[in-house]
Amino acid sequence: MADHVSNLRKPLILGNKTYEAVTRDVCHPLDQKSSKAWWMTFLVAMAMMGLGMVAVTYQIETGIGTWGLNNTVGWAFDITNFVFWIGIGHAGTLISAILFLFRQRWRTSVNRSAEAMTIFAVICAGIFPIIHMGRPWLAFWVIPYPNFRGPLWVNFRSPLVWDMFAISVYFTISLVFWYVGLIPDLATIRDRTTSKIKRAITGFFSLGWNGSNKTWLRYETVYLLLAGLATPLVVSVHTIVSWDFATSIIPGWHATIFPPYFVAGAIFSGFAMVMTLMLIVRKVLHFEDYITLHHIEAMCKVIIATAGMVGLAYMTEFFVAAYSGNEYERFAFVNRALGPYAWAYWIMAVCNVLIPQLLWWKKIRTNPTAVFFIAILINVGMWFERFVIITISLTRDYLPASWASYAPTSIEIATLIGSFGLFFTLFLLFARFLPMIAIGEVKGVLSYGHRQKGDHS
Amino acid sequence: MTERLLVATFGGERDIVDATRAAKDAGYHIVDVYAPYAIHGLDKAMGLRPSRLPWICFGLGLTGAIAKLWYQIWTSATSWPVNVGGKPLSSVPAFVPVTFEIMVLFAGVGTVLAFFFVSRLRPGKHPKVLYERVTNDKFVLVLLQNDAAFDVSNVRALLERFHVERIEERLTEAGR
Repeated sequence: MADHVSNLRKPLILGNKTYEAVTRDVCHPLDQKSSKAWWMTFLVAMAMMGLGMVAVTYQIETGIGTWGLNNTVGWAFDITNFVFWIGIGHAGTLISAILFLFRQRWRTSVNRSAEAMTIFAVICAGIFPIIHMGRPWLAFWVIPYPNFRGPLWVNFRSPLVWDMFAISVYFTISLVFWYVGLIPDLATIRDRTTSKIKRAITGFFSLGWNGSNKTWLRYETVYLLLAGLATPLVVSVHTIVSWDFATSIIPGWHATIFPPYFVAGAIFSGFAMVMTLMLIVRKVLHFEDYITLHHIEAMCKVIIATAGMVGLAYMTEFFVAAYSGNEYERFAFVNRALGPYAWAYWIMAVCNVLIPQLLWWKKIRTNPTAVFFIAILINVGMWFERFVIITISLTRDYLPASWASYAPTSIEIATLIGSFGLFFTLFLLFARFLPMIAIGEVKGVLSYGHRQKGDHS
Repeated sequence: MTERLLVATFGGERDIVDATRAAKDAGYHIVDVYAPYAIHGLDKAMGLRPSRLPWICFGLGLTGAIAKLWYQIWTSATSWPVNVGGKPLSSVPAFVPVTFEIMVLFAGVGTVLAFFFVSRLRPGKHPKVLYERVTNDKFVLVLLQNDAAFDVSNVRALLERFHVERIEERLTEAGR
């Protein structure tokens, strides 16, 4: 209750909002016609997606030979993109589930968008393994289903099968979590909109929600349960992704540090992406009172912490390679830092370890423009981290006779651009038609940090 | 059978919680409270018991985990045993990741469906909203006028201590 809230705590939402003002502010972008800026960005995103669709169609029609892969380097751009997008998704779950369990109430301003980002990122990620199959119309073969070939089942000892299960469950649970969070807000829109179509659609999806506190009590219970389930789930997903590599015998992949290293990296890159999106949303939709400098600072602190973890993992990998006395392992790491792809390694090291250190300064943390550019650089750095791990390790394995190099083709680059196009198209549609901030949850934290006299509205 | 309800509207979180508690203590029958967001402590003020959904969640999670573990052992060791790298056919440690994922899937999706069922939420259901601002900025306390001793003026005096904004009487079909 309000009495117990320390007045040393700063308010989470600025501008002394009333409940009504929160509803109005968050629904404002939905009530208006699409702005010119929205159409411009949407068309650019659609064009990028179109380019990706052309590339994927050509690749499916012609075959994987359109990519720069060869006998030695069987995984490169596509799997890099897959791991990159899955990692992006993890920050959304961290914000919505883990910060919920830790009672970090500032999450209410960003959790809705972060969860949406998770869903869209997982969609982008899921495309890559499927198109990598070469014959995506047979993608259902990875699912164990009764068949007339025995029945022949999948190999449940294979990390690739674990991965399929992990990603599908992760997508489903993220979607359910997001939808459950949306129900009360859809009811809010249903009860205030003047548009008949909107009322019909939100009425259908709000499931007859009427604000009954008996339902709210169960809702809160379900939300807590989902948060409790999503927390180990998100850790398991990137752990399993890392096992795709760690259970193999390639030097540079075969490492026990991979699961924690991948999870920390995923949260790190995801927070950078949340930051990128939130800084744009905040500016364009005028949500400065909701996504305050306090929120940006809090996210910056998570970025500093995870950057430290990632940096520690880089150093540990080198130490273990040196200490192991295994010459293949040693060579793999010397090759990373000094070999033909050293430029990729150093982009990664600078962007992920050195640049985030700037956030130790409060002046930089509270400067949205500076934070925005740092976040973009982290995104770049984390993409290169996956490229470094996956591709460089493969180019130089045990036998020098089988060494090869790899360069992406235009088709692969177009597919990467296409995945960004898909991501932004979905995100822009979300921003246009659904409340970007959890209205109900924000109302619950309005009194946070305010001394109340009876009532505050 | 129709029921007589007393519908009281409030404008703030503190007022609704205090008024609910006072009404409960005075022995009135609280039908429900409607609020735009989940208010901490309101369930206790209403005298609601904690939800039993965690038990459903636990049961479903356990079901999912056992079913999937059995399924993996059955497919790998019984239905079509394949020797993969000389590993034991029933290699349980390798089955842990997928068992975990399916446990989460069953527990998560099942709990949400159970929640929809017990709260009678379904797609396209026509909402019975008492007051359209209850999903925006108003809080509504609904009391049941269940006997002749229910004196509206007494209740009004009680609720006015908590800045009630509007009081109205409504008739409703039983069962709502």
